[in-house]
Amino acid sequence: MIVELGHFALILALMVALVQSTLPLWGAHRADARLMALAAPAALLQLGLVALAFAVLTWAFVASDFSLAVVVSNSHTDKPLLYKISGVWGNHEGSLLLWVLILAVYGAAVAIWGGNLPDGLKARVLAVQGMIGVAFLLFMLLTSNPFWRLAAPPLNGEDLNPLLQDPGLAFHPPFLYLGYVGLSMAFSFAVAALIEGRVDAAWGRWVRPWTLAAWIFLTIGIALGSWWAYYELGWGGFWFWDPVENASFMPWLLAIALLHSSIVVEKRESLKAWTILLAIMAFGFSLIGTFIVRSGVITSVHAFANDPDRGVFILMILGFFTGGALILFALRAGAMEAKGVFALVSRESALVANNILLAVSAFVVFIGTIWPLIAELLLDRSVSVGEPFFNAAFTPFVVALALILPPGAMLAWKRGTLSRSLVSLVPALVLAIALAGLAFAMQTGRTALGPIGLGLGAWVLFGALTDLWARTGREGVGARLARLIRLPRADLGKAVAHGGLGVTIFAVSAMLAWKIEDIRVVQIGETFPLGAYEVRLDDVREVEGPNYLSTMGFMTLLRDGAVVTELTPEKRMYPVAGMPTTEAAIDYGFLRDVYIVLGDRQQSGGWAVRSYIEPFANWLWAGCLLMALGGVVSLTDRRYRVAAGARKAAPQVGVPAE
Amino acid sequence: MRGLILGLLLFASPALAVQPDEILADPVLEARARAISGDIRCPVCQGESIDDSSAPISRDLRLIIRERLVAGDSDREVVDYIVARYGEFVLFNPRAEGSNLILWLAGPALFLAALAVAVAAQRRRLVPEARLSDAEKARLSEILKE
Repeated sequence: MIVELGHFALILALMVALVQSTLPLWGAHRADARLMALAAPAALLQLGLVALAFAVLTWAFVASDFSLAVVVSNSHTDKPLLYKISGVWGNHEGSLLLWVLILAVYGAAVAIWGGNLPDGLKARVLAVQGMIGVAFLLFMLLTSNPFWRLAAPPLNGEDLNPLLQDPGLAFHPPFLYLGYVGLSMAFSFAVAALIEGRVDAAWGRWVRPWTLAAWIFLTIGIALGSWWAYYELGWGGFWFWDPVENASFMPWLLAIALLHSSIVVEKRESLKAWTILLAIMAFGFSLIGTFIVRSGVITSVHAFANDPDRGVFILMILGFFTGGALILFALRAGAMEAKGVFALVSRESALVANNILLAVSAFVVFIGTIWPLIAELLLDRSVSVGEPFFNAAFTPFVVALALILPPGAMLAWKRGTLSRSLVSLVPALVLAIALAGLAFAMQTGRTALGPIGLGLGAWVLFGALTDLWARTGREGVGARLARLIRLPRADLGKAVAHGGLGVTIFAVSAMLAWKIEDIRVVQIGETFPLGAYEVRLDDVREVEGPNYLSTMGFMTLLRDGAVVTELTPEKRMYPVAGMPTTEAAIDYGFLRDVYIVLGDRQQSGGWAVRSYIEPFANWLWAGCLLMALGGVVSLTDRRYRVAAGARKAAPQVGVPAE
Repeated sequence: MRGLILGLLLFASPALAVQPDEILADPVLEARARAISGDIRCPVCQGESIDDSSAPISRDLRLIIRERLVAGDSDREVVDYIVARYGEFVLFNPRAEGSNLILWLAGPALFLAALAVAVAAQRRRLVPEARLSDAEKARLSEILKE
């Protein structure tokens, strides 16, 4: 009965979405206030109905209702409660329900906080959100219904994939979806603006916080996934250029481009058409990502939903929204005349360069991801594209981006002088080169990647600090420090996010360049050296977990004979799912992680052991968190709360460059 | 994230791809073998390199690579040897030959094109500004009056 209630709520949500996507749009066209006013309550009602459906599915998982097909395939009575709940979205049908729930949350957020939007724009934005809702609710009800009952329910379920039974992965999909779906807001605003034929500074200011929020969630979601891969998969790697990783990486890159170009729209009323195009593409790539993940067209481990029917349906959704928006764009982009002109050397030009580099790097990821498909379909050639390609083809654009970031971020709007921003960056440059030189001298004979990455990361980090410091004026240190706290939050957020990028660049190159690996057979009681440490294998025992059996190694990490810590790497067997997993033992540290994986018992006696020293691993997650934190700080900027209201208050003229 | 789940279903102990007994005594040759095997795709897994894969065929390939290296082959010869038997599908680093050139050149080409468009747009933006200065002035005074 409860399950039918959820099913019914989902169907009702589709009906409400149909109303939300049509009547307000018609109302905005006819300037009919009553029809436009339907949009907000419809969005709230849709959220209520989808949330009810989601609550019902969660109940079915928690109560282990094995009359539901998804619960049988993804749950088990012995599973810990956290993973019963995360099991709701750990499968195709449930993850779609989460997708639609988040879409409804964003729609309702506009309905609640969009009070300062003009009625027409608000109605149109909510109508476009409603259309996306219709498409995905139809997709769910027709091809992937989570409320599908079984005629003969089994006594117990088949358990969730043990790799997914992990706290890091429990929260990875919700964050990723908050990001993916958040980009639908930018898309809806872009389409609404195209229908209205009007983009101005106020539009830029309205669309930016949504893009920023989406990007923050996407950053955290990707970082969580990368962290999970690092500690769970047992290779010590953090990024594999897997198609599904790429699917989340492309919208992330385009969201950064969109964030930066919408600044130009907001401050200078320039780059309007390009910003609209970026908003369409960013969400388009989110849909492409959904297509890649859900259809299994590019086979990868994430394709737990290999089903061509679903793939075709998503392709139709993708074609309708991206194609439709692009046609609208072609018809209406001419109306978006730029107001602000700018010189070749200016902040605007630097942001254009940023946009080109980001869009091109997203394109490189895209073509690398789909090339095997193109080659097979059109050229009858079976090829693979993996890490070496992406390292070679993607990295140059990121390096270029990092190089131009500090001077570009300090250039004046409209017309800047490169020499002035470069002069103030001399200390940052000297520091970066000195650090790179120091690293080069210390590492003797290893790849140049480490020192270059350190220099580049330091350049971006110190460049961001220089930029921040330059904003505090020219008085004494005390006065400047006092002013630092009172700077607009957007400026602080910019420095934190750019600094986070610097830290991330450094950490990625350090982990790639300075990792130490050791593979050997170890007898119980034996000690072996690992970098500056020694590791002793004390014992290996069988241990029983709540829903698994574990072979646990007991190891001691020593440095100069003194005990640093005890480590217990495990090999687990999940009998219900019939799958083994490895649980690496990691000693997290400020400068390095010690990472140990237990392998098989050898016929000759002893155990295979693989150990790594991962330099600066924590810096990678810290860098990602800093980027996200920068976004949060920027989101709290006063202008989004106070000045976002009146279109009148927006700067009205672009002053020509002298 | 790689082809792990399938790999796990089929084979035990995913953690140890390269087994201790495979490792060559000569550290230089071993380093070359690791570098090569990191770029060779396991033919039966999903997107794993043979260096990370625990499939038996990957172990065979790793052993072949080491055999060839000990026999004195260059890196290129070792890779050619494997490609001749398993096809270019096993190369994670697609060779920049034939139609693959599209893959390799698409990024740089788009970059140059975007740069050209941006510079052209920049020029276009500057030209009318000089001509329209009277109109701009008129508009400016109009706005100042408001």
